[in-house]
Parts: sequence; C-alpha cells; structure tokens
Amino acid sequence: MTINFFDNDLTSLHEKLVNKDISTVDLTQATLENIAKTDSELQAFIRTNSDEALLQAKKIDEQHDFSNMLSGLPLALKDNLATNGIETTGASHILEGFKPVYDATVVSKLSTAGAISVGKTNMDEFAMGGSTETSYYKKTANAWDHTKVPGGSSGGSAAAVAGGQIPFALGSDTGGSIRQPAAFNGIVGLKPTYGRVSRWGLFAMASSLDQIGPFTRTVKDNALVLNTIAGFDEKDSTSSKRDVPDFTSKLTGDVKGLKIAVPKEYFGEGIDPKVATTVKAAIAQLELMGATVDEVSLPHTKYGVAAYYIIMSSEASSNLQRYDGVRYGFRADDVKNLEDLYIKTRSEGFGDEVKRRIMLGTFSLSAGAYDAFFKKAAKIRTLLIEDFNKVFADYDVIVGPTAPTVAYGLGEEIDDPTAMYLADVLTIPVNLAGLPGMSVNAGFVDGLPVGLQIIGKPFDEVTVYQTGYAFEQASRLFEQRPNIAKKY
Amino acid sequence: MATGNFETTIGLEVHVEMQTNSKLMSPSPVHYGDKPNENTNVIDFGYPGVLPVANKGAIEFGMRAALALHATVSPFIRWDRKNYFYPDNPKAYQTTQSQTPLGTNGYLDVTLVDGTVKRVRIKEMHVEEDAGKNTHGADGYSYVDLNRQGTPLIEIVSEPDIASPEEAYAYLEQLRQAILFTGISEAKMQEGQMRADVNISIRPFGSSEYGTKVEMKNINSFNYVRNALIFEEKRQAEVLRSGGVIQQETRRYNEPTKSTILMRVKEGADDYRYFPEPDLAPITIDQTWIQKVADELPKSAGDRQHDYVSNLGIEPYDAEVLTQTLAMSDFYDATVAAGADAKRAANYLIGDVNAFMNKHQIELQDTQLTPAHLAGMIKLIEDGTISTKQAKQVFEAIMAGEEPESFAKKNGLVQISDPVVLLGWITDVLDNNPQSIEDFKGGKDRATGYLIGQLMKMSKGQANPGVMNKMLLEELAKR
Repeated sequence: MTINFFDNDLTSLHEKLVNKDISTVDLTQATLENIAKTDSELQAFIRTNSDEALLQAKKIDEQHDFSNMLSGLPLALKDNLATNGIETTGASHILEGFKPVYDATVVSKLSTAGAISVGKTNMDEFAMGGSTETSYYKKTANAWDHTKVPGGSSGGSAAAVAGGQIPFALGSDTGGSIRQPAAFNGIVGLKPTYGRVSRWGLFAMASSLDQIGPFTRTVKDNALVLNTIAGFDEKDSTSSKRDVPDFTSKLTGDVKGLKIAVPKEYFGEGIDPKVATTVKAAIAQLELMGATVDEVSLPHTKYGVAAYYIIMSSEASSNLQRYDGVRYGFRADDVKNLEDLYIKTRSEGFGDEVKRRIMLGTFSLSAGAYDAFFKKAAKIRTLLIEDFNKVFADYDVIVGPTAPTVAYGLGEEIDDPTAMYLADVLTIPVNLAGLPGMSVNAGFVDGLPVGLQIIGKPFDEVTVYQTGYAFEQASRLFEQRPNIAKKY
Repeated sequence: MATGNFETTIGLEVHVEMQTNSKLMSPSPVHYGDKPNENTNVIDFGYPGVLPVANKGAIEFGMRAALALHATVSPFIRWDRKNYFYPDNPKAYQTTQSQTPLGTNGYLDVTLVDGTVKRVRIKEMHVEEDAGKNTHGADGYSYVDLNRQGTPLIEIVSEPDIASPEEAYAYLEQLRQAILFTGISEAKMQEGQMRADVNISIRPFGSSEYGTKVEMKNINSFNYVRNALIFEEKRQAEVLRSGGVIQQETRRYNEPTKSTILMRVKEGADDYRYFPEPDLAPITIDQTWIQKVADELPKSAGDRQHDYVSNLGIEPYDAEVLTQTLAMSDFYDATVAAGADAKRAANYLIGDVNAFMNKHQIELQDTQLTPAHLAGMIKLIEDGTISTKQAKQVFEAIMAGEEPESFAKKNGLVQISDPVVLLGWITDVLDNNPQSIEDFKGGKDRATGYLIGQLMKMSKGQANPGVMNKMLLEELAKR
C-alpha cells in the first residue's frame, strides 16, 4: 500500500489506525517506501532504521492500543537526539559509528506513546549552521526547489516533512534551527519555551539556548506532538515543573481581541522587501479577523546576533570538549602522545564551522577577553529580555518574519559565515530570552515559502498555536504542495 | 616560626571527599576500592547529551563543613565550569564554584604545641567534583578509572595565616578532626579522602609584602606536608641569602629524600576559562535550610570533651582519646545513654576495646560490639551480678556479638548475692570449722582467709565476695 502524507494529517492517520483501515506495519512500510522514493533528491536522512521501526510497528499492531494520538505514527529524529543502540552522530565525523546506550527523553516519551521513529535526519554538524551544508555526510535539498538550501540546522527534518516523506519530525533550535528551516520549507516549526521540553539526550550545542521542538505540516499536528514531548524531567534540572496544558485547547480559528505587536526592527535593513510584503499581508489577514495590531520597538534587536554568537560559541566550546577521542567516537591514528591525540582527533574530526565556533568561544571565555565579550554579551541578553517583557506587558504575541530572505541557493553562502550569522537576526532574540516561537507559512516569493514568526510569552505556547492556527485556517496555505508531492 | 632573618607565610587549600551516597552530579555510588569503572554511568563518562543534576545531599554536607568552621553560608550559589583537557576529566570541565563559594569568612582555632591557641582564618569553601584516576600500565597503555570522577569535594581555602611547618601540621590535624565531627567524611589520608595543596613564601622580618610563593599540590600526608614545608623554608632562605630570587613555581614533595623537586615554573596564571554552568539552575539557600542542617550537625569534638569532663567527670586526657574519632565518641555517648557508668564505659573503650581494635586492625564500626551490649556488661558489674574477673569472659563474648546477660547466665558466670543462700553456706562452714572461729577470736586475721576460701569452694566461685565478707564478719561476731 502507499500513503500520501499531503492527504493525511496526524488525526486522519490516527483514525485510520483505530478503524483498522491500515495497520501500523503497513503505515511504517509505506513511510519507508516514501523515503526510498524521494530521498535521492531530498537527501533528508542520514540513515533509516527500518528493522527496529518495523519490529516496533508489529508490537503496536499486536497491542492495538491507540489511546495516545501518536501511537503507531511514524516520525523522524534530528541526528543530534540520542537513540539507544542506533547510530547518532550530530552529522559529525567525530561521532561516526557512535551508538548511544540511552534514549533522549523526547525519544523515550514518543516511544512510550507508541510513535515509531524510522530514521535520523541530516543537519548542520552539531547544529552549527543555517543551511544543513556543514553536515559531514550530505547536503539536503529544499522541498520546494532542490537547488536551494533547506535551511538549518534542522534542514533534514524540515525537508522530510515538507517533502511528504514523514508526517512529523523533531528538530532542535538554538538560534532559529527549527523556525528558519520550517520557514524555508513552508511548514510549521515550533521552538518551545526554554525548559518546556527536556534536553536530556540532545547533543548540546549551547545549553542555555537549546530546545527541542516539532516539525509538522499543520499547527494542530504540531500542538499534538508537543502534548507528548513536553514536561518536567528529573534528568534535566533546567526543565520546568510547570503544568503542561493541552496545547490544542485554543485552536478555534478565533483571534478576536488578540493583541498583536509588530516590532519595527523586524522589518528594517537586510529584510528582503518581498518577504516583508508577504509577512505584512499575513499580519493584515490576522487584523482582518479581529486581532488588534500595533507597531512596537525591540530596541536591542540589532545587538542580538553579536551577543548570541559569543554566548552560543562560549557554551559550545566547553560542551564540545568531551569529543576528545578517549572514550567514544572517532580517534585519530598515529598519535605520539596525549596532546597529539587531542589535537589530531579534533582537527580531523570536526569540520570548519565547528572549529570556527570553538575558537570564537574559547577566545570569548579566555581571561583577557571574558569581561569584554562573555560578560558584555550576558548583559545584552538581559536587555533583550527586558525589551520583550515591556512589550508583553501590553500584548499577547509578537509577530514578524522568521527569516530575512527565502531559501538561497546551495553553496551560495557557505563560505560567508558573517552573512550566514546575520540571517539569524530575527530568530536569535527568542532563544536569548527563552521564549516560545513558531514559524508558519505566510505565502510565497518566487515560488519559495516565506515564514511568519509568532513569538509568545514564556510558557504560553497555547496562544502562539491559537494565532498560527487562525492564520493557517484562513489562508489554507498548507494545502499548497511542492512538486515532489506528485511522487507518492 | 622563622629561619634566620625570615618569616614564613603558609596558606593551605585542603580538599576533602564527602561521603555522600551518590556523586555530586550523577546518581552513581560514591565508594572507594571497587573494580575500575564499576561506579560509573553515562553522565560520569561524559557521553553526548547527558546532563548533570546537583546532589542536594552534597550541598548539605558542604553546609555542615561551613557551619563547623564558622563560615557564612552563601544565600545564593551557582555552579561554574573549570575547563581543561585530561583523560581523568571526561567532560573536559570540572563543575565547581569559582564565583559563589558555599562558605566564606570562617576560621579554625588551632591549639599549638605550646598550648597557645591560634586562629587560622578560612577564606572560602567550595563544593566541586573530584577527578577520576589515570594509571600507566607496564604494558605501555594508560588506563582511566572514573569511579572517583564526580565524587563531591569540599575545598577549604585558608588565609595565609600559618607561620610555620608545625603550625601547618597542627592546623591540618585539627581541621581533620573538625571535619570528622561533621560526619561528612572519614577523611582517610591513605585513601586520598583528604589532600592538601600548600603555598609557602618567606620574607624578611618586618617586610610589608609577601615573598613569591611556591606551590605544592595534592599531598596526602600531614607529615609530608610538614617535611615539605621545612625543606622549602630552608631552601628559600638559602636562595635569598645567596642573593637569588624565588620563582613562582610548582614543586613536588619527594619523601625518600625529604626534599622538594621543581615541576614547572609558572608564567602567568592558567586559563581555565571559568564561566557559569548553563546546565544547572542556581540554588537559593534560605535561613530555614541552614537551620535544618545546623540542627543535624553533630557536636564538635571540643564541645564533647567539655561535656565529658564537666558533666561526666572524665579526665581531660581520656576525653581527648574518646573524641579522636566521631565513631568512638558517638559510641561512647550511646553507651552512657544506655545506662552505663560513664567512667567504666570510658575505661573499657579506651582500654580493652581499643586494644581489641588494634590487635585485629579494625575500626570500631567493624567490630560486633554494640553500645547496648557494652552498657549491659557494665551494669552487670555495677550491680554485682558478675565479678570483674568474670567480666573478662563476658567482654570477649560481647566483642563476638553476644548479649552479655544471657551469655553470663548460660555460662554460669553469675555472682550469688542472695543473703539466704550465703547465710546457709556461712553457717555450714562455721559449724564445720570451730578452730577457725577460735583463731579469729584470738586475733588471727588469717583465719577469715581460710573461711573465705572454704566458702568460695562451696559456692564454686559464684559467691559475691563483697556481700559474703560482710555477712561472714557479722556471723563471726555472733558466735
């Protein structure tokens, strides 16, 4: 049998399983076939794990327990999420062949719910990049135009969902790595509030910024996935003990009286005018539906990129020190002594972008630079948080573009790190402030999707989903299909 | 105090392993002497994606040490990462508290050899992770054992208030005792549970500036510390007297030659790139929490000694012996609480019990003796149920875990003090020995000796001698 995920959201797949229209094994098999049909062009997966997936599917069919919405549904995981016994590399050479002996908390939660992970998706090496081009293994294509980048760092997960290979996937977002690829591929990607989802088992880039979140084709699907992966975890002391609400509770299509703030800085220099126009049209749509829209200011936005690249690289430089060739992963040959082992292993095991960030971070934390760099960046972070607090005193959500441009060509910016870093200007402040942020499709520019970013108050994903759902249902943009949809 | 015209300045950083159930940042057990890497998990190995969770018990143990050393417990602590590469440090950073030490501004009053008391100020105390152990095999490979990795340490940093190797020795001994009596560590030197980093400099008398300091790390014997300092005092004085300059350097103590050896010259500080640990939330410590820990803190050795002398009438020297370890002192308290005579209990612990421990080379807690059994035996002696001679047998039994009263009964080790029984025997003996009565009346004291011998024979040695003697004299008087 075949299955077309463009015709089925999670709810409809769930009903088919409950009604025994399809079996879990059939669905898993069909998903693996979808991937086999299109991954030569998309290159979204680093590897699939069909044996484990089919084994689990068989178990689900035997139990026929579909009390959890996600039971029996296939998904893909970004390759920086630890899966017990299944190779997990962070798309780095230094972890080639590494099989964790533990599951990430999100992985065990999904597995307990009965969801079936069919494979690990491509990403920028250790999530460092915005185009998935820094992966040691392969380059992933944009679902809408295979000559364009899928965004990053969770480009594989985004392309797999947008390209119809899989109904949902998980990614991680440190400075925009879920929202920007969601925008580039015209799908829904949410970075939850910092602390909403456990980071246990996520290969850390920057511990104070990283969050795991879902990619889906629709807002409702996204909320359903978050329902399963959110919540306190005693293994992650930065996860929040707050109650987890039903994230689908306000998916009514109604935004009457919702107070929307639009930061003028999010439409400033560097924003493609066509992107700006598309996003403004989306905001006008929300206003038409009864929301109030005001322009506001987030005055420290322009310092966000600089602060982010110092804090992120500082934390990353420390987090990535464990990859030393001593206990696991890649180890260089022909080493003379301990120092040689470290230097050769890390020189050969890491790619350029990772090395660049390790050096930047190591410098920022060094005794002579700490005050002027790390400490200053921490102060900017506080100012950015205060910016958001002021706006959120009067507004329910902040909206603007997700990225300054649509997807650019593969190979176009990979050699210009500064340009690449600046492209994160609209997503970075949300991570620095720990807020929830989501990208939904706002329309198209030259055949490529544009992301509408919706930013919420801390732990108010419900209102973010409410806003995104209302726009999505009014615009029906999720019904648009890339050419690749015809392959199924 | 001084060598020639120089005065000595010493500061000590002491690391004590805290014997919590689990490690500082992982649930792995803290236990010495197990097979390599037995007490480890994915967190200790620094696998990708693992996260630390701070052990509340370790923070409370740290607070105990801070309170025992009169330090101020910080109301807010967070963790910092100290970054460096080494195979015994799998994450390549040590979790420590560089910015917010758990305790600050403490002190220890140290009694010196001449009996004077010197206050050594404690600058700060932090909780941090211990490293694992690297060993280099004869096979050419190096081995890493991460059992110790992540064991919580309390680092106690003194001000440079110590003026001689002897003072350093006294400080370390008394610091160890203070730590022992918090119950957070047995501070066994030979197991590396207590280690000292030593800083020493000398300067001409009256100089307002300290001399250049030399550092020696990780010395795990107080004698070695003293010897190293004695050597350094002399070496530095000779360098200065011959017109030389002391370099800021790290040296190593070499026991066979009782000298120190240059390891490396420091050119500027090491850069450990300290920064706040982003995987852990900061911790607020309120007064209620501090009070709870203070309430759980065992009494110090000094307080206990004072108690023993003033309230229990124990000799000061004996009080000191009883408080050499927390285990002994706690055992003593429990024995007295169980109703034993305080002096007898002290004598037994200091004498027979200590001798037993020495003979078998074991710790008190590893014997089968319980405070209830010791108290039980002492009560049997006190109330005349057994003689001190019989007590020797009972002592051996309670050291083997036997209950004293039932053991004594089972083995007939009971004195007979019942006047009715005793009177019967006395009457018999006197009736059968009229000559002895005559001798007694005639003033021959030896006669009673013979009569007592007869009585003991008759009672098979079980007659209570005190009671029997008294009754015998009364009966003789009646004849």
